[in-house]
Amino acid sequence: MASTAATARTTRAAKGLETIAAPRRRPPISKIVGRILFWLLILFILFYTLFPFYWAIVSSLTFDSQLFNTPASYWPSQIDWSHYAYVLRNDDFLKALRNSVVVSVGTVAIALLLGSLAAFALGRIQFRGRTAILYIILSMTMFPGVAILGSLFLMIRGEWFLHTPNLYNTRIALIVTYLIFTLPFTIWVMTQFFKAMPGELEEAALVDGAGYMRVFWQILLPLAAPGLVTTGLLAFIAAWNEFLFALTFTNNYDARTVQVAISQFSGRTQYELPYANRMAASVLVTLPLIALVLIFQRKILAGLTAGAVKG
Amino acid sequence: MSASADVAPLPEVSTATQRRERPAGTLGRRRERLAWLLVLPSLLVVLLVALYPLIQTFRLSFTNTRLASARTPRVVGFDNYVDLLREDAFRSTLWHTVVFTVSSVFFETILGLAIALVIHSNFRGRGGVRTAMLVPWAIPTVVSASMWQWMYHDVFGVVNDILVNRLHILDQKVAWLANPATALPAIIAVDVWKTTPFMALLLLAGLQLISTDIYEASLVDGANRVQQFFQITLPLLRPALLVALIFRTLDAFRVFDVIYVMKQFAPETMTVAVYARQQLIDLAKLGRGSAAAVIIFLCIFVFVVLYTRLIKVEEM
Amino acid sequence: MDNGSASPVTRLLAEALTGRASRREVLKRASALGLSAPLVGIMLSAQAHVAGAQDAEPGSLIEAPEGLPDLSGAKINVILGQDGPVVPWEEAACKKFSDATGCQVTRTSGPESATERLAQYQQLLAAQASDVDAMTIDVIWPGILAPHAVDLSEAITWQGAEYFDRIVNNNTVNGKLVGIPWYTDAGILYYRTDLLQKHGFEAPPQTWTELEEMASAIQDAERADNPDFYGFVWQGAAYEGLTCDALEWQVSNGGGVIIEEDLTVSVNNPQAIASFERARGWVGTISPEGVTTYKEEDARGVWQAGNAAFMRNWPYAYSLGQASDSVIRDKFDVTLVPKGDGENAVHADTLGGWQMMVSAYSKNTDAAVAFAQYMTSREVQKSFAIEESRLPTIVALYDDADVLEANPFFGSLKDVFLGGAVARPSTVTSDLYNEVSTAYFTAVNEILTGQASDAAARVAQLADQLQGIVSEL
Repeated sequence: MASTAATARTTRAAKGLETIAAPRRRPPISKIVGRILFWLLILFILFYTLFPFYWAIVSSLTFDSQLFNTPASYWPSQIDWSHYAYVLRNDDFLKALRNSVVVSVGTVAIALLLGSLAAFALGRIQFRGRTAILYIILSMTMFPGVAILGSLFLMIRGEWFLHTPNLYNTRIALIVTYLIFTLPFTIWVMTQFFKAMPGELEEAALVDGAGYMRVFWQILLPLAAPGLVTTGLLAFIAAWNEFLFALTFTNNYDARTVQVAISQFSGRTQYELPYANRMAASVLVTLPLIALVLIFQRKILAGLTAGAVKG
Repeated sequence: MSASADVAPLPEVSTATQRRERPAGTLGRRRERLAWLLVLPSLLVVLLVALYPLIQTFRLSFTNTRLASARTPRVVGFDNYVDLLREDAFRSTLWHTVVFTVSSVFFETILGLAIALVIHSNFRGRGGVRTAMLVPWAIPTVVSASMWQWMYHDVFGVVNDILVNRLHILDQKVAWLANPATALPAIIAVDVWKTTPFMALLLLAGLQLISTDIYEASLVDGANRVQQFFQITLPLLRPALLVALIFRTLDAFRVFDVIYVMKQFAPETMTVAVYARQQLIDLAKLGRGSAAAVIIFLCIFVFVVLYTRLIKVEEM
Repeated sequence: MDNGSASPVTRLLAEALTGRASRREVLKRASALGLSAPLVGIMLSAQAHVAGAQDAEPGSLIEAPEGLPDLSGAKINVILGQDGPVVPWEEAACKKFSDATGCQVTRTSGPESATERLAQYQQLLAAQASDVDAMTIDVIWPGILAPHAVDLSEAITWQGAEYFDRIVNNNTVNGKLVGIPWYTDAGILYYRTDLLQKHGFEAPPQTWTELEEMASAIQDAERADNPDFYGFVWQGAAYEGLTCDALEWQVSNGGGVIIEEDLTVSVNNPQAIASFERARGWVGTISPEGVTTYKEEDARGVWQAGNAAFMRNWPYAYSLGQASDSVIRDKFDVTLVPKGDGENAVHADTLGGWQMMVSAYSKNTDAAVAFAQYMTSREVQKSFAIEESRLPTIVALYDDADVLEANPFFGSLKDVFLGGAVARPSTVTSDLYNEVSTAYFTAVNEILTGQASDAAARVAQLADQLQGIVSEL
């Protein structure tokens, strides 16, 4: 219905003037109605995707005394910053924020380093076992974390066949376990990037006598920089948003991340339910992501559909 | 780790031209060694943090091991599995998981396809709408869960306010999350909200690959829009759609955070992943929890096999 | 006063700023003066700020007890209560300890849900982590955590104070005192004295039937003005708190304590089933439909906004209800939780409360033990009782005039602890109690929400589950 109308519209737009000049022209009134319906649809899509976040912002700026008013007001009559002040003055929240940054950045750095090396081999070198490894990597991108929660927990505590230190409640434990989902993804996407580069580059360099690794560092890696940015960004978002491992492998603010902090956030002052503070914390945690997404939206769109539009 | 899965590696639709020769001779052997050297660190990490724990999970699932307990664990064979499958509580978590997966993937696909088609048309501000759609995707699941929890609040929630006070669709407020009849659908709606834009973007990428020539040709043939949609758009979108479907299915099947944040361990919404976490950590029953984890793994494994079949890893 | 000649607005502002006018007074007078909303907002936040500083100043009553050791240079990490209204008091208490001993104390909040908190402790102790030295543990956990605790049976005697025997016994596992009782708790019934009077009820309800009648009558009448008013709020979410509430229902109806001392699973009996069915009848009638997701703070949220006639909660809600800006200040009182109508019906209040435990993996045992002693000392408990209405575990404090002045209802609770508070079956089931409770609150929650339409069948199924757990002991 609406969707097919849209498809047709594209086609018409693509055909340009010819279509308009064609004899089968529609009466203008239905065209106007169609246009209005189309924009209503767009408005509805925008409302649907943006309203919940808008509501979180409004709630976080509303006075406690008005937060529980019924019926609700959709526009705060006065702005109250106290929930943000509370959250930003809350040591625990700040520690959690720092943990999230350290863990996400650490994870991304390791994943990019190891991942681009592997991707270079998988994307540019033919070798036996390559297909098998690619299959393993691909299936790993969908590995369910909960399936290994218990045994990872034992390993983190150092209870396995190796003698490892007890990493429970450390950021290292989170960085290492986050590699489960960031590393395979990085390898997969970076492999696509390396593969898409023209083969002549490297052959010319190799003929010149440069070694493979020099080709990698000096020619291919700089060329893959946009890919690294995209992949790193997506891996960062995935690590930043992770919840299950952070909930299970930490127990206080030495390592607890913001996601866990928010889920356990409650009000400190009397006569209030924690919602406004929780919304303020939520907005604070989400804003950097939204900023990143807005700045890098083209790269993210490309990365999300990595492979789909390459060739 | 549903967050990670928000990124779907799609198949390569068109084939990259391969110009590298097969390894041969000393140069080939040197290259091969280098390749393995480069892949090794990553492989070790995967082995260490995924494969080894996975094997351990299988092993533990045949024992009655408890976390931090003085009781000596013993091997109990398939007892954990038999107990689980006999237990109503576990069977209902399986059922919730299936309901969650099927309905959220269904609605995401329908809505995602509709939105993709709308955005696919050329209009001013299209880039803006596309960017706006990234917002739900970027919001952490925990945050969207607590946002919606507040919106669903039975007395002060905006959902009731809109439906009862503004639109007068309902005549009294509903406790969306407390009522067992509405709790799971309410959570599914949150998941649909969060992942529909992602679905739409994937499908949009697929749509953009379809050449406009085909539509023109069909117009000449006198096909109407509905026929165009079913005869051209849908078949050509099929590969992208299929991959997106399977990928979302995998992701939905292991759902944990949205359920845990909104309802913790409430029986009416518990999914297998939440159940596994409760058994493993909260009840310290490593054996039984591992059995539940293995069941999740096996279900997902089937889909992964399907998925990797769809993606051509190597263009030989 | 030099502002005698000032305009009423200036005067009101001055009074709000200095905290001389209460929140309600500011509101009343501001609306009488027809002030604009932003100005009232400023006045209210100023008032709240000053009032908070004035009548709270948390921990101001704490006197460091005599005889604390010198612990200069030591550092300990402790996990105290949940993130919530009590945090400022706890921080003050930690600071006083640091000042007195020179030991640096880092305080962390635990999760709100008891289930979640125990899981956290188990994770932590299983990992033998030395990063927490002392922690507060629930009254049901000594059996579970005993292997990880330092024996405090000598430490408890340092002041020669008499603690409630019942609690000390509860905390003693195989001769080891796992935790020193810090404060105790019992479920109590809060009721609105003004509303009872307004609607013609003379005394608080003695039985559940009376409570239902009163709640429904008051709710019907109050709904005319306030559509969000409810008769009775309590804790119905699937978590440990529901185990406490449901245990009160069944014991008060003569339905036993789920698993008896001799490990007999007794939950499958007509009185217990009847008590669950009765509670199911409250959901969506005298209680909000959402009550099956309520924890303590959710119930208090409704109660404290003046939107409920009765509330089942722990004593902590008392002083919060009496805060200077509370709309229900001086309008409520507390009594024992009602009993059933049958023959064995008794008043039953689930025993709660928290103990100070010292981790066996602490690298600073001396400092941690001293901290546990300090937190449970006569002086600190007295301040906790007066400022935060926590129930002391030292018998003599119930006769202390200052404590009774702040909490008149404490007098009647002394007998509850000396006599009839009901303990959950945690001692007999030790490390499997968590499973017992999870099975129990899951079943009760399903009955309450109507997922399990046949309560008797669900309870029979629960009994089977419990039998399976007990057989593992």
